[in-house]
Amino acid sequence: MKKAIVSIAFGLTASLLATGASAQATLNSVKQKGYLTCGSNTGLAGFGVPDAQGTWTGLDVEYCRAISAAIFDDPTKVRFIPLAAKDRFTALQSGEVDVLVRNSTATMSRDTQLGLDFPAINYFDGQGFMVRKKLGVSSAKELNGASICTQQGTTTELNLADYFRANNMKYEVVAFATSDETFKAYDSGRCDAFTTDASGLYSERLRASAPDDHIVLPEIISKEPLGPATRHGDDQWTDIVRWTHNAMLNAEELGVAKANVDQMKTSDNPEIKRLLGSEGKYGEAIGLTNDWAYRIIKHVGNYGESFERNVGEGSKLKIKRGQNALWTKNGLQYGIPIR
Amino acid sequence: MQTIVSQTSPPKKSVLYDPKVRGAFYQVLLVLTVGYLFYMAASNAVENLQRAKIASGFGFLNNTAGFDVSQTLITFSAAGSTYGDAFIVGLLNTLVVSAIGIVLATILGFTVGIARLSKNWMVAKVSMVYVEVLRNIPLLLQLLFWYIAVLGPLPQPRDSIGFGAGVFLNSRGLFMPRPLYASDAWVIGTALILGIVGTIVFRRWARKQQEQTGQQYPVGIITLALVVGLPFVSWLVLALVGTNPISFDMPQKGTFNLRGGMQILPEFVALLVGLVTYTAAFIAEVVRAGILAVSKGQTEAAGSLGLRPGQTLRLVVVPQAMRVIIPPLTSQYLNLTKNSSLAVAIGYPDLVQVFMGTVLNQTGQAIEVVVITMGVYLTISLVTSFVMNIYNRRVAIVER
Repeated sequence: MKKAIVSIAFGLTASLLATGASAQATLNSVKQKGYLTCGSNTGLAGFGVPDAQGTWTGLDVEYCRAISAAIFDDPTKVRFIPLAAKDRFTALQSGEVDVLVRNSTATMSRDTQLGLDFPAINYFDGQGFMVRKKLGVSSAKELNGASICTQQGTTTELNLADYFRANNMKYEVVAFATSDETFKAYDSGRCDAFTTDASGLYSERLRASAPDDHIVLPEIISKEPLGPATRHGDDQWTDIVRWTHNAMLNAEELGVAKANVDQMKTSDNPEIKRLLGSEGKYGEAIGLTNDWAYRIIKHVGNYGESFERNVGEGSKLKIKRGQNALWTKNGLQYGIPIR
Repeated sequence: MQTIVSQTSPPKKSVLYDPKVRGAFYQVLLVLTVGYLFYMAASNAVENLQRAKIASGFGFLNNTAGFDVSQTLITFSAAGSTYGDAFIVGLLNTLVVSAIGIVLATILGFTVGIARLSKNWMVAKVSMVYVEVLRNIPLLLQLLFWYIAVLGPLPQPRDSIGFGAGVFLNSRGLFMPRPLYASDAWVIGTALILGIVGTIVFRRWARKQQEQTGQQYPVGIITLALVVGLPFVSWLVLALVGTNPISFDMPQKGTFNLRGGMQILPEFVALLVGLVTYTAAFIAEVVRAGILAVSKGQTEAAGSLGLRPGQTLRLVVVPQAMRVIIPPLTSQYLNLTKNSSLAVAIGYPDLVQVFMGTVLNQTGQAIEVVVITMGVYLTISLVTSFVMNIYNRRVAIVER
């Protein structure tokens, strides 16, 4: 709560005092500071969570590390600022964070009314429900009359209302400010069901007092394209964030990985040459050096590696690639060509 | 000689050295500076919002909200209600918990405060421990304690604790039968209002009689007869005639929760209990200070006039203590109202939770939402102070 108040206060003072903040200034200010501030989740396993040593890990976290690698040739020059769902956009608008990579759904109103840009989608998701096994529920359509815990200030909260209205069912919503409070309330029995993005359900289930007592229902009730957000008006910065994702996707498609990136530098494939900066001046066009993508892959890896390590088979979550596979493998992840 | 003359008729001083002119000049300067700072801040914010293409203005209050709230005192639905309605829902929830909280905290606080001065060692020590423990633990921790440790472990709806007569307790709250009023229920309502008005009139008359003649009337019994008896008789008559003016919607066990009836949310109970017990500890100290401020001679004089201890307290000590009690008591009422915003930690949909939480985030209009919320708390606090100041003037010592 205190954090919320502080960040709102910060937001207000920043918006009141930041007179000359030029629209193109983010990259310069990041370079000047010597680090990148990245709005992250307060703790969502697989996406953004500090480990036992206090090092941030996760798919979203590695996105920020990739941006840092592209700018500084060093993936550690990132300061992570954990934000609750309801504070995240204010923190971005007010300049408290340079980029928000916090499993946030891209929507039209956020893009237009909140003054944000969503340059990429790094995880295609959808909203689902989790219930206790002993309730004997096998479909979300059977949830009529249930109490449902959700986090406030999310698209989840709105989709929930839509879904129950569309299916003519009643429910009792219990909304909490942070994901921690929300899940704790569900786990303690305040609610029959817990709802958030499907990836979040698998991740939160690991935190339950008895993870095996809970099941995720099959229905996916919404489209949740999750991605990084930047402020409107700084196109150069938005480009850097957008092309970081595309570089990681193209690298996966071309078979360029963390382990073989140095050998790939000598490749004759023109696409790989453009990606790694030995041909063309693509990096300079976005205000970086031409080996920007090489740095990303060298320090962080391609998208597939990052996915497997954080949420896929190499992680506790064991989420299948599904929609997040490359377009060449029937997924939706499609890297825009670098040329 | 020359010097003496010049002293008696002072030379014309420059306006610059006139203290009045100087004072006025600095005040005007200060007002202008403050005004300019406010103007700069406001125009700066507007400019920045426009540059960032963030929506601004208060038009969002008419947009459809699209989310649901657990406790609503007005009809509210995701489909048809606006952000403005969500604001009213949050405001009413804040007012309800504050109003009930103030009444209960006053009763509990006075009881504990008086008990702490009791001659009974046990009673006095229990009150002391209550005050010292409750007022020294942060309120947020107490709220979490009530919500997570006390109300959290209540049984699931399927294993609800039944108290009979359709009253159930479980982790989703307290469920009670909801009265349904038939068309002729107005008779009972009228009877109740008549009973209350009658009681007030009778009590005034009885007091006047007592002041003039010393004759005492059984005020308690007559109050009971008028306020409870009259509506009951009217209900009985209607029931005997054959119409049933009030029926009850009983909570039934459904698939998940109990259906029907009236539900009091655990979030509400945790917040109310937390606010009441915490604020009561402070009120108890205020009351104790007020009573100790009444000189001992007053009690002794009352005793020598033959008043019993209870009467002494009620008729002599407390009325005089009120003069000392009311100003700090007002502060405690304001504290309770403002502290109700901690509801956000336990998911009770008060103004801060609904409006500064969900609405702010869904609309992204932080400045407008924060300004409105601050304005509301300021207004509530000023109104409370105003009412308490009127009361204070009535009980203050009238100088003759």
